[in-house]
Amino acid sequence: MTVKHLLNEQLLMGYAAGILPEAFDLVVASHLSLSDESRAMLGGYEAVGGVVMEETEAVAMGADALGSVMARIKSGKAITEKPALRATRPGVLPEPLQEYVGGDVDKINWRPLGGGVKQAILPTSGKAQARLLLIPAGAAVPDHGHRGTELTLVLQGSFSDEVDRFARGDIEIADEDLNHQPVAGPEADCICLAATDAPLRFNSLIPRLLQPIFRI
Amino acid sequence: MGPTEQPRSQGDDWNAYILRVRNHRDEAAFSALFNHFGPRIKGFLIKSGASGTMAEECAQETMITLCHKAHLFDPSRATAATWIFTIARNKKIDAFRRAARPEPEDLPWGPEPEPEAADALALSQETEHLATALDALPEKQREIVKRAYYGDLTHSELAEETGLPLGTIKSRIRLALDRLRQTLNEPVK
Repeated sequence: MTVKHLLNEQLLMGYAAGILPEAFDLVVASHLSLSDESRAMLGGYEAVGGVVMEETEAVAMGADALGSVMARIKSGKAITEKPALRATRPGVLPEPLQEYVGGDVDKINWRPLGGGVKQAILPTSGKAQARLLLIPAGAAVPDHGHRGTELTLVLQGSFSDEVDRFARGDIEIADEDLNHQPVAGPEADCICLAATDAPLRFNSLIPRLLQPIFRI
Repeated sequence: MGPTEQPRSQGDDWNAYILRVRNHRDEAAFSALFNHFGPRIKGFLIKSGASGTMAEECAQETMITLCHKAHLFDPSRATAATWIFTIARNKKIDAFRRAARPEPEDLPWGPEPEPEAADALALSQETEHLATALDALPEKQREIVKRAYYGDLTHSELAEETGLPLGTIKSRIRLALDRLRQTLNEPVK
């Protein structure tokens, strides 16, 4: 699969450095699962991280750190890894996303937003927010702008806006300068993963009134 | 000369140490890796805002994970320093968040039992070029890159930072891409 719209350098570097909010990490990890080119670029930014770490002033480890680590390795139950589900199957949703949803698209807990548009907010820590959006084939999302950065990753179908057409694996990076009205392609309902680090800014009054209710 | 005194230009040797841990559970190789990387991981984590205690614990856990996951190390895809950095970075994030951070899907082909030695060497050399390029940057730009990796820049500050010296890593990226394409074109065994 050739993905046309890739992540920019800053976001890849931010992901490699581990400084993005969780919601952005989720979008980036999902995109990387669909784009070998972005994955290769990530390798480059991780290599920079290795170099930076090598060049950082060393700080002596505790007195018997090595002995203690050796003992922990030999004991077999050395560390408590955080649980990863990974009980996933190839589907519309890439693996990292399936872990948040608890499965593929059939497990998404959709809430109607009006006009056939549906969303599901995903639990992430931090200020940025991640949500799945479903736009019926041919339908439009209300015209909106952004206060911060909005990342939108297409998972099924496609959408077009003032910038271009975006299909599976493509990522659109929208900032404060972009006011857009995405319209889903006619071929299928469009499912996207979107992350914002500040609330969207809708250009008509009604969606703006609904904003606190729907948390979009 | 002991392994701890080896210059970074011998990154290929660190790869060999990890492979010795992987293949033979070689304790001497593990000790050498620990003595070299442990204090650097700890220093990096302290620079990233961790307390001394937390940095020590994360550095120790990174080294334990290195041992447990040595079978996943593929020197044709990442050098020892790159791979260890990614483990340390994830430990740092895990320490701050309630759950493991989202990671991309595993590559379908997984690590190869016998990675191409030439690929591993080329990657190691490219990473050395990267280090040289980073050192050659003007002080201000080098500081920006380092601050980004320590987490001193927020992602929005990073996004606003134009003219980042990222061109220097392009050849490293090209190499990784060539490698990926080559693997993708190989018939499934």
